Amino acid sequence: MTLGLHLGVLALLGVLQLVLPPFHHGMLARIMVLAAYAAGYNLLLGYVGLMSLGHAMFFAAGMYGTGLAISYLGVGVATGFLAGVVAGLAVAAAVGLITLRTAGPAFLIVTMMLAQAFYLATLYFNEITGGDQGFILSGLSLDLGGRRLPLADPVVKYNVALVVFAACLLLNFWLVRSPVGHILRALRENEERTRLLGYNTPRYKLFAVTVSGLIAAVAGSAYTLLFSYVGSTFAGIPYSIYPLLWTLLGGSGTTLGPLVGTLVMTYLVDVASSLTTGYLIVVGVTLVVTILWVPAGIVGGIRARWAPWLP
Amino acid sequence: MSQDGAATISRRRFLQAGATAALGAHLPGPWVGRAAAQAEGPLRLGFQVHRTGIGAVYGRWYERATTAAVKLINEKGGIGGRPVEIVAEDDGTDPKRGAEVVEKLAVQHKVDFIFGTLFSHVVIASAPRAGELKIPYIVVSEGYHVASGRLNRYVFQPGITDVRAQVTAVAPWILKNLGKKVTLIFPDYAFGHDHRDFFSRVATAQGGTIRALLPIPPTETSFTKYFPRVPADTEVLYHVMVGPGVLTFVKEMGEHFGARRPQIFGFIDSLEGVDLASAGLEFLEGTYFWEAFPRYAAATMPQHVRFYRERVGVNANGASVNDPRDVSTFSHMFGCWETLFVIKRAVEQSGYKKPGAAAYRAFIETLEGFQSFPEGTEHPQGPKRFVGRLHQVFGQQVVSKVEKRRLTVIHRTAIEDSMYAPEADYTKQPL
Repeated sequence: MTLGLHLGVLALLGVLQLVLPPFHHGMLARIMVLAAYAAGYNLLLGYVGLMSLGHAMFFAAGMYGTGLAISYLGVGVATGFLAGVVAGLAVAAAVGLITLRTAGPAFLIVTMMLAQAFYLATLYFNEITGGDQGFILSGLSLDLGGRRLPLADPVVKYNVALVVFAACLLLNFWLVRSPVGHILRALRENEERTRLLGYNTPRYKLFAVTVSGLIAAVAGSAYTLLFSYVGSTFAGIPYSIYPLLWTLLGGSGTTLGPLVGTLVMTYLVDVASSLTTGYLIVVGVTLVVTILWVPAGIVGGIRARWAPWLP
Repeated sequence: MSQDGAATISRRRFLQAGATAALGAHLPGPWVGRAAAQAEGPLRLGFQVHRTGIGAVYGRWYERATTAAVKLINEKGGIGGRPVEIVAEDDGTDPKRGAEVVEKLAVQHKVDFIFGTLFSHVVIASAPRAGELKIPYIVVSEGYHVASGRLNRYVFQPGITDVRAQVTAVAPWILKNLGKKVTLIFPDYAFGHDHRDFFSRVATAQGGTIRALLPIPPTETSFTKYFPRVPADTEVLYHVMVGPGVLTFVKEMGEHFGARRPQIFGFIDSLEGVDLASAGLEFLEGTYFWEAFPRYAAATMPQHVRFYRERVGVNANGASVNDPRDVSTFSHMFGCWETLFVIKRAVEQSGYKKPGAAAYRAFIETLEGFQSFPEGTEHPQGPKRFVGRLHQVFGQQVVSKVEKRRLTVIHRTAIEDSMYAPEADYTKQPL
């Protein structure tokens, strides 16, 4: 049933592209990529209980890995994507090793410091990275069975975003239901007891940080390919906070929560910013209300009240 | 990397080929909705504005200059006989949101053109989307990114000069009048690097010596450790610090050098929106600044400058007539005013009526064909020369001196002083 629900959501996203007006078609493509990023974040926060304030470095690692490989080495989209994934994997594994023995506020602070160092490095090496201005990738096409699909094409953009999101969602879905997923949740509930039961908890935490960072890097790489831009802004602290907000709003520890949270927050910002310059107050009030009234987030609230079977 | 020439899958073809073709729905091309909405109604101009975020001070004044220019244009019959309507969207000075705003203005609001963006990272992130949507995107950014050829054929900057031109124009004056041994203090990110690279290039070519380059990390809050690194034989200290730390920077610079300071030359970008009479800025007395457009009113200023200041609502000190504490971004905001009159001229000369490939081609080729804009009500900052292949305008620059906590103009460069060898040609790009 739960797998059916997830496949149904993906099918709905597939069908929506046929009926959505052009603006919302483009918005949803962007939301799916960012929801993949939030899904990676949620794996760590929602299932292991580790709150990171440094995920932007993983997203940006994917972004720069892809962007620099294409820009400087002239590789194609697929190789560029792979370069982004490898870069993200390397950064995530390194961060995982460094943060292995931290938890709670210490983990949060260390990840934030490392992310800030990464952000400053993108500025320091500006002659390579383009610094705060960033750089553009244009004219990219995906080579699919001998046929070139331009990534600027709205249909290609939407469907690539859908494939990326689907892969991240299904990976999350499979992972949290697997034996490893149960151990990760045990870590969240009581790390000491999990260790006493004989599990190598540092190894599982390293695994969780690495996979979470890897998914964030996949999203970062996809964002660069689909929206043609690489810049240090995406390595900044706000972009570490956004997935936290999306996850909290949608429902931490639920597989569909990141999608719902990203969707609601993106449209909230879009609508509110058209009405008032104080749109961040609207966003803040929404978050406060959500945390006060539905502390488990939208999908988490639904799970608590009506659908306990939701993963 | 695959480049142009790739097959394009239209939404129609996708739907026809897909298993879901039975639904019969399709999504229109980039212009269809916009063209249907226009006909002969108002000319709708999308205004991508920094209402929030780090660019909010600039955005506020960009909006005031825009409102004033549109009011004037509409009083005089609009553009091509059509009233002008501004559709503003806040981009939060954020590159992600900037690209979304371009998409929203073009696809949802169905505007005719998009203009107004200032911050470089927002421009660079938004430009690809404008190119994909094939809508003219006319920025007021001051960055060299347009003239560098990094963007695309839909992006223009006809209302404000770029930083390379500004530096190229004033560098010879600095070397001749202030000294040849120069130390640069600049923020360690792209804006500062543009100054470092372009000034160093021009200065060394003209017999100057760069004594030291002192990049300041963007997170720095105290600058005392940098001033001892200024070589003792420095004749000119060139600074372009921006952001909230600038008052501390000036104060600490004064504490370090005291009365035995070298000549000091800065860019007004450091103090846009900041009152020169603010506490802590006393040390700037007797120093020099680049300005694009003199902030402080002078008795001898031309009538069209008086008119511009009056219409935008700026007092003699360059602050709002309604709130003297609200200091304008005077050396930048005129770019919105002038850009709107360039759009007016291009629309009327090209015969543009509504969005479409042919209409935009005519608009873009007309704009690329412009060569000059005369000084006057439409171009109050001064006469301009437009280089179509670069999509960039060139103009006069101003050197002012701080006297009695005000800026007094002491030198105005010629347009030719700011010209540099073109490195791009957008006209060769396909539309």
